[in-house]
Amino acid sequence: MFVSVGFWAATVRMATPLIFGTIGELICERAGVLNLGIEGIMTFGAMIAWMWVYQGGDLWTAVAVAAGCGAAWGLLHAIFSVYLGLSQHVTGIGITLLASSLSYFSFRLLLPDVSTPPKIQPFESIAIPGLSEIPVLGEALFTQTALTYLALATVPLCWYVLYRTPLGLAVRMVGENPMAAASQGLDVLAIRAGAVCTGSALMSMGGAFLTISVFDAFYFEMINGRGWICIALVIFASWRPGKALFGALLFAAFDALQIRVQQASSTLIPYQFFLMLPYVLSIVALIIMSRKAAYPKALLVPFRRGER
Amino acid sequence: MSPLRVLPALLALSLASVFAAEPQPAVVFDMGGKFDKSFNEGVYNGVERFREETGIAYREFEVTNETQREQALRKMAQRGSDPIVGVGFAQGPAIETVGKMFPDTRFTIIDSVVDLPNVQSVVFKEHEGSFLVGMLAALASETGTVGFIGGMDIPLIRKFACGYEQGVKFVNPDAQVIQNMTGTTPAAWNDPGKGAELARSQFDRGVDVVYAAAGGTGIGVYQAAADADKLAIGVDSNQNHLQPGTMLTSMVKRVDVAAYNAFKSGADGSWQSGVQVLGLAEGGVGWALDEYNEALVPAEMRAQVEQAEADIIAGKVQVHDYMQDNNCPD
Repeated sequence: MFVSVGFWAATVRMATPLIFGTIGELICERAGVLNLGIEGIMTFGAMIAWMWVYQGGDLWTAVAVAAGCGAAWGLLHAIFSVYLGLSQHVTGIGITLLASSLSYFSFRLLLPDVSTPPKIQPFESIAIPGLSEIPVLGEALFTQTALTYLALATVPLCWYVLYRTPLGLAVRMVGENPMAAASQGLDVLAIRAGAVCTGSALMSMGGAFLTISVFDAFYFEMINGRGWICIALVIFASWRPGKALFGALLFAAFDALQIRVQQASSTLIPYQFFLMLPYVLSIVALIIMSRKAAYPKALLVPFRRGER
Repeated sequence: MSPLRVLPALLALSLASVFAAEPQPAVVFDMGGKFDKSFNEGVYNGVERFREETGIAYREFEVTNETQREQALRKMAQRGSDPIVGVGFAQGPAIETVGKMFPDTRFTIIDSVVDLPNVQSVVFKEHEGSFLVGMLAALASETGTVGFIGGMDIPLIRKFACGYEQGVKFVNPDAQVIQNMTGTTPAAWNDPGKGAELARSQFDRGVDVVYAAAGGTGIGVYQAAADADKLAIGVDSNQNHLQPGTMLTSMVKRVDVAAYNAFKSGADGSWQSGVQVLGLAEGGVGWALDEYNEALVPAEMRAQVEQAEADIIAGKVQVHDYMQDNNCPD
């Protein structure tokens, strides 16, 4: 089972939206903002990207549009949670409810009476010459769609920016000790808002992957809790990009495994056991991995100028 | 209150009762929405046909979470709608509660049985229809391995699976049926991405015909089948047009007819409470053959299935109903 190409390919495919979402959430949280709007932002990204292509736009602009809309949701989040210093939980849940309802509403508004399912031509999978010829892993990793490669590229990029650039240092600093950052002359609010916008853009792209890459139509509730899984994965990753990638792949692997074990299982073990397996194992891994986790010290703490 | 003041009120009341003489029918769609390309959409097509034919408008509501079912049904009843059609097994308990609260309102529940004097229950013999598409799957399969993908794991979906398996084994006793359920929550009806993954994993194991009874999740299954050049079987509505060339057939459940009949009989007074069971004999279930799949179903295959259909109607072939004993014979 573990040597089958199908299994590994499925793992990478199923991990892609999680990678986008987890890295996005990680950037927000590193700057001290918990973004619970993720589920709604992913839904909106899925809807808008699909709608863009359906209305005749091309795939890459659709990704850009999804990212732009995600950033706009991030800005809304930031106005409430960063500039006004309101509860991040309430803001996030509010944005999830608003963004997903708005997605459904605008979908129905633009397509009030569709009896044949509107479909689009999604991203084709690209086999990378040379690399895709490696047995099993090469085929699984390097015959994916462009968005999957983009997701995989986001991880080292995020790591590089966070740990090797002044900007990354500033982002981490406002998440650890905004007071100190402010005393260095950094604009804490702007950095936080920027981080939330960037993170939200990535989440939105994760949603877009579901409608214009792995599938070709938009469905209500098709995000199906993937956003919430990303939030857990950030903790699992102890706020590190590399571990986030590992976590997303691990979760997806359990999910892919679950599907296959279900088919092979005898009646001795009910398949529901395998269905909950990815979640159970994630919780276990969460406990083990997060014991020594250093969470951003200023997470959930609003920063107000001039206050101590 | 002076009599003079009471008069307009009385007038208004009698006027209201004049309007109430022709009450609007109502339909409460379930989760998945009225354009799910499947179950709800079938009902939508039925009630739309009623509106076009009679010109009588209807009220509608799409349930988007569990708590809304009862609210929506109660609201419809309060506003004087009659009859009220509830779509899907999940509305059973809500119909029961609201049906007791409004004993003078007529309710029709599709896909579930509610035992009340003012409720009409319409259920289908999905096992019979699934048996026939199971036969088609076995006849079309080259590998002898066929697949089934269910949505939420409920007895109703097991009934589909069980009928299908019997049909497959009827043609080819050595055939293997690989089964997957998408999940145990209503979210399992709306995850096309997961549906595609389930289908791909079955193809890896040699499946070359897959039957999906999974609502919106099924759309992902059909897509994956088209991508991998395998065959898929649709469900509830005729879904052959979704992927022309790789849809072997669809197991159709005439929910549109059920919904249309409920409205129609409600309007002309022939509506009756009680349980209606629609099977092959009543034309309530069947398999779809149209321009999209006729090339996939050669004449002899068709003849074989039609023979079985006649035998089932005549009682010569018995298809076991999973829901009778929650068990599927091997």
